Amino acid sequence: MRWLFIKDLQILRRSPLLVGLLIVYPIAIALMIGFALSSPPGKPKVAFYSGVAPGKGTISFGSQKINVSDDASQLLQSITPIRVHSREAAIAKVRSGEALAALIVPADIPQQIQSLVSTGVGSPTVELILNSKDPLERQFADQAINARLADVEQAVSKQVLRVAVSDLQQVLNGGSIQFLGQNVPLLGLRNSRTVLRGTIASLPPGSPLRVALQQVVGFADLAIQGLSFASPVLGSIGTPLTVNRTELAGSTTPTDAYAVAIAVIVSLMFLALLLAAGMLAIEREEQTYLRLVRGLISPGRLLSEKIGLAAACAGGVTLVMAACVSAFVHLEWGRFPLWMISLALAALAFGALGVAIGALAREVRAASLLAFLMALPIAFVALVPANAVSGGLQAVLDAVAFVFPFKAALQAAGNAFNGSAPGIGWPLLHLAILTAVFWVIARISLRRFAQ
Amino acid sequence: MTTVAATGPPSSTLTARSLTKQFGARTALSSVSFELSVGELVAVIGPNGAGKTTLLSILAGVQRATSGEVTLAPERIGWVPQQPALYSKLSVAENLRLFARLEKLADTESAVERMLTQTDLEQRAGEEVGRLSGGNQQRLNIAIGLLSEPAALLLDEPSSSLDPRQRERLWTFVGGLAGRGTTVVFSTHNVAEAERYADRVIVLADGELLFIGTPPELEGTVGGDPRDFETAFVRFLHSRGH
Repeated sequence: MRWLFIKDLQILRRSPLLVGLLIVYPIAIALMIGFALSSPPGKPKVAFYSGVAPGKGTISFGSQKINVSDDASQLLQSITPIRVHSREAAIAKVRSGEALAALIVPADIPQQIQSLVSTGVGSPTVELILNSKDPLERQFADQAINARLADVEQAVSKQVLRVAVSDLQQVLNGGSIQFLGQNVPLLGLRNSRTVLRGTIASLPPGSPLRVALQQVVGFADLAIQGLSFASPVLGSIGTPLTVNRTELAGSTTPTDAYAVAIAVIVSLMFLALLLAAGMLAIEREEQTYLRLVRGLISPGRLLSEKIGLAAACAGGVTLVMAACVSAFVHLEWGRFPLWMISLALAALAFGALGVAIGALAREVRAASLLAFLMALPIAFVALVPANAVSGGLQAVLDAVAFVFPFKAALQAAGNAFNGSAPGIGWPLLHLAILTAVFWVIARISLRRFAQ
Repeated sequence: MTTVAATGPPSSTLTARSLTKQFGARTALSSVSFELSVGELVAVIGPNGAGKTTLLSILAGVQRATSGEVTLAPERIGWVPQQPALYSKLSVAENLRLFARLEKLADTESAVERMLTQTDLEQRAGEEVGRLSGGNQQRLNIAIGLLSEPAALLLDEPSSSLDPRQRERLWTFVGGLAGRGTTVVFSTHNVAEAERYADRVIVLADGELLFIGTPPELEGTVGGDPRDFETAFVRFLHSRGH
């Protein structure tokens, strides 16, 4: 078997273009996937025009003033704004393609908000103009701006509520307000009730004012009780949703390490699948299969040699890749033996899948194409997050992910690199079982080679 | 259908007894029997689908017969498939060395040297097989079949992709093998080639062995005055209902 192994290495050495492509292509794909997964979304370029003059973004509410411009500045955090000086200039930026969208804030937006806050009437409106040429970019810009608009709405709402609650407290407990430049004291309901009770106590028992004042005190009691409940109710509206986060037991994979694990396993998958499928199919294409199995080597040992070759190449390359990446992303070198075990078993499982594909195909090109076509869906199915789709579809995806090595390989590598949950035992066992199953499938499929 | 056995071999090396091969309901070979002698050069001829390749595959041990037996073990039979079974990315010498090692020959390098000399490929030893002419590839293909110095060599349509000059060189080489005591069985569509080089011919049609004997004996079975061996062969097939 070692002579066949050496022969295959000789063939690979004589095909530098193929070997180069086999190494560079999956690494490029893996790096792109890893980069996409680990990088935060970019900021879309948005033309921004605000008609609100500087210093005019303040609205009055009750006794206080709110600067909505401060809150609106949050909007600019999620975009790369291109500031322009007119609505027309903003639209021109979108038309020229320089900006994905234009966000136009009308000059009367403070008045619109003032009207809504004071009277409950009106609908403050900003204008968003999107570039409709590219639906993906349009969706990207739309989502980025809408998410921030919701933040702005909530921030303004919170400020209004904070002022409302403050004024309410003054009505209840008293205080002071600024009126025409003068500091005017407010008595408040509780103080009024105390004053009234003192007044009632000082009145003669038969005084007719007692009954009237007692009615006012009764009203004050009811108002105090009602308004005391109002503050927390208003506060809860100002913060409509509180997220209580709980981490389940067990460590989680850091995003960067998870991206590295994905990148490494994607590379390993492509290398092992393509090598194993191609090298087995070569035996058929070169007409050598029948010559070999005619007493020189058994079909089972031939399969094992191809799996071993693919696993050695793919495992070696991806181990080096992980070691290089660890210079930039924290991976636990103390778990290096587990890196080797997990990558070796993953490479064997993908190698076995590769020979199963190679046994089904009649020539190298067909085997390579088949392996390539299968690789990406296998990866994507395994990467669909739990609960991202409906229950029935999730069950189907889980079943598909279970019968291919990607998910188990990813779990094993994730654990090996950072000790993340789940443990490494079950994924390794899963990979070993898949290796055996695909070996058997390949062995059965090889019977077609003899025909 | 009666099998015509014109002559018998003096000392047999390869004997087939009642070889039958079924592919589902289809019978590819039907109770084929013969004995071949040492150093004999035998051609297997017949129309398309006659069972020539199936017969050679069973003799080589590549396929199993549904019933019947072959007396010589596959390890003692060299097999040369119709298409050169070679690694095109390896050189001539590397191909020979690989198969010599897989054959577990005692002295790999001397076996390689011997085959390079026999096939007259010494000058091309370091050349990649993919760059060789069809004739040289076929010579290397045969050389690999001969590495273990088999008692019998099976060649499946060895000349089909060669030009006349390459064919001539091939048959000179094969004739030399037979002269040194190797029993050679080859299948061919070219009945003139069979007449010219074979000691005996085996005629197959629809999996049945119709004739085994020398070319003149085949011509003799159809009588009259056939212009050539090919005409006699066609008449023979017609006379047997094929």
